Amino acid sequence: MDAFASLAHGLAVAVQPANLMFAFVGVLLGTAVGVLPGIGPALTVALLLPVTFKLDPAGSLIMFAGIYYGGMYGGSTTAILINTPGESASLATALEGNKMAKAGRGGPALATAAIGSFVAGTIATVGIVFLAPWLVEIAIRFGPEDYFALMCVAFVTVSATFGDSPVRGLTSLFIGLTLGLVGIDSLTGQARLTFGVPELLDGIEVTTLAVGLFAVGEALYVASRRDKYAETVEPVRGSLWMTKADWRRSWKPWLRGALFGFPIGALPAGGAEIPTFLSYSTERRLTKHPEEFGKGAIEGVAGPEAANNASAAGTLVPLLTLGLPTSATAAMMLAGFQQYGLNPGPLLFAERPDLVWGLIASLFIANMMLLILNLPLVGLWVRLLAIPQPWLYGGILVFAAMGTIAANPSLIELTMLAVFGVMGFLMRRFDYPIAPVVIGLILGPIAESQLRRALSISLGDTLVLLRSPLSATLLAIACIALVAPFVLRGLSRLKSLPD
Amino acid sequence: MDQPHGHRADAAGIAIAALLLAAAGVIAWDMTTLQITSVYGVGPKAMPIVVAAGLALLAAGNLIMALQGGLPAREEIDPKAIQRILGGLAALIAVIGFGGGFIIATALLFAMTASAFGRKAFHIDLAIGFVLALVAYLLFAKLLALSLPMGPLEALL
Repeated sequence: MDAFASLAHGLAVAVQPANLMFAFVGVLLGTAVGVLPGIGPALTVALLLPVTFKLDPAGSLIMFAGIYYGGMYGGSTTAILINTPGESASLATALEGNKMAKAGRGGPALATAAIGSFVAGTIATVGIVFLAPWLVEIAIRFGPEDYFALMCVAFVTVSATFGDSPVRGLTSLFIGLTLGLVGIDSLTGQARLTFGVPELLDGIEVTTLAVGLFAVGEALYVASRRDKYAETVEPVRGSLWMTKADWRRSWKPWLRGALFGFPIGALPAGGAEIPTFLSYSTERRLTKHPEEFGKGAIEGVAGPEAANNASAAGTLVPLLTLGLPTSATAAMMLAGFQQYGLNPGPLLFAERPDLVWGLIASLFIANMMLLILNLPLVGLWVRLLAIPQPWLYGGILVFAAMGTIAANPSLIELTMLAVFGVMGFLMRRFDYPIAPVVIGLILGPIAESQLRRALSISLGDTLVLLRSPLSATLLAIACIALVAPFVLRGLSRLKSLPD
Repeated sequence: MDQPHGHRADAAGIAIAALLLAAAGVIAWDMTTLQITSVYGVGPKAMPIVVAAGLALLAAGNLIMALQGGLPAREEIDPKAIQRILGGLAALIAVIGFGGGFIIATALLFAMTASAFGRKAFHIDLAIGFVLALVAYLLFAKLLALSLPMGPLEALL
């Protein structure tokens, strides 16, 4: 029971008063900004990265994990009380949750979301405890060619396989890869795509890109079509507590949601949308109250919300064990590790077990804090929704500017922030996904260096990519995942042609 | 909402395809300036070649999509709101560039953004932005020792 020993060790790290405080600050910030419409967990981590530059690495990583989990809780509150979910993973929750709130059952909807998130988050964190050491054992034998192939899989699944349009997703990814080329090539020391601008030699800051795309881009987009949005906040009426019938109808969806969410999140497949919608349709099929679906069925909140949280925890598995981010928030967490010169992966488990296991153990604590913060205090968070939109976005941009200029005090950096903001606006307007850009920027240079390392070990023989069975299999999966959406599209077009 | 069979060419989509192709061209041109190549394996040019080729392919894909009218239906936008936010960012850059400091610059950004979202009371928003920027400055520059741009106001604190 090595995992338990490591976890116990991690718990000892996590309960140190300073780390408890970091976890608390993290869940507090995470919930607060998760509730605010327009700010997701990825943006929160991006805004706070430069600010925490001088803090202790273990503490700030614990805080980021708290923000990640807290953002998930807060997002569900917004989805239930305003029918505009901040992120696609909350879409399913909004379907039934907002109907429940309109019918005066907002309290039980928020409660089943919070308790379901807690149950699923705890199950998924147990999953991390068992899965992570096992994956680390495997990953320790990976060669650079295997890592490269794994990143190819992640590139394809994140951008092409599960989006609306593979062409648009891949376009986003390649924009990210292009931005990743900027700067000094680490192996030969030559500048690429810097156009003689010295500020570009260090490459493009992930935080500047993320803050520009998410904060400035979102502000531009919402402002430009503000009159079309009339957001109404449903007041929480009636009892906050779930009745016996609510409990009876909720516990199975929680467990099923966790079982959907964790494995899909842990696979390098990206996105929590799939498990949440799988959970929604499953609950819809299994329910004893089919007449309530579409009008506010509690199962339709309990299941997807659990799936959402479990998959968020699941994405930490490839992030910690392989250094592979599969969501925008995970990409920001990776940037957080890199800020301290730490590279997640099997080596980090060997070199800094205190840090990794302290982080994993703190997830349990963060989850417990979130349950307490969200159940009795939900009324407090709802007040945040009353901040007028002009001031909310004004404040977001002030912090965006501050984070950017604190990370790199130069006007070029602020100009890039504005340029990325315009890019984010255009991408939203023309429906290009944002996450693949961030993942392309952060993972592109890593994939390149793994490939070049593999090829220099093999003295330039490209067949090395196919000689390792693992890398050959992964590259085949990447090819299939790349071609599949086009083939499926062609098939459905063929079928629809006759009419 | 959208017409999948409406085969109308989309000018914005064609512009996107052209931009992608231009980016591919810039990468290809930039690559020719690299001098050193590695002895073994792939050098610093390999990744730019892959990315440029991918962008060129995607430019073609986006062009086909645009010609077939495959872009999502778009709503009318309010250009004034966009101008105001971008104006706020320009003001931020200008004030910091001329040494006006963090507080004045972000107060302006706050008020301009609020006006983009339909607020009419610019002076009140400027005051709110000023207080917010002041608190943020005291908290982050003084407490967490971040280096924020200095100006006449910051020098007094």
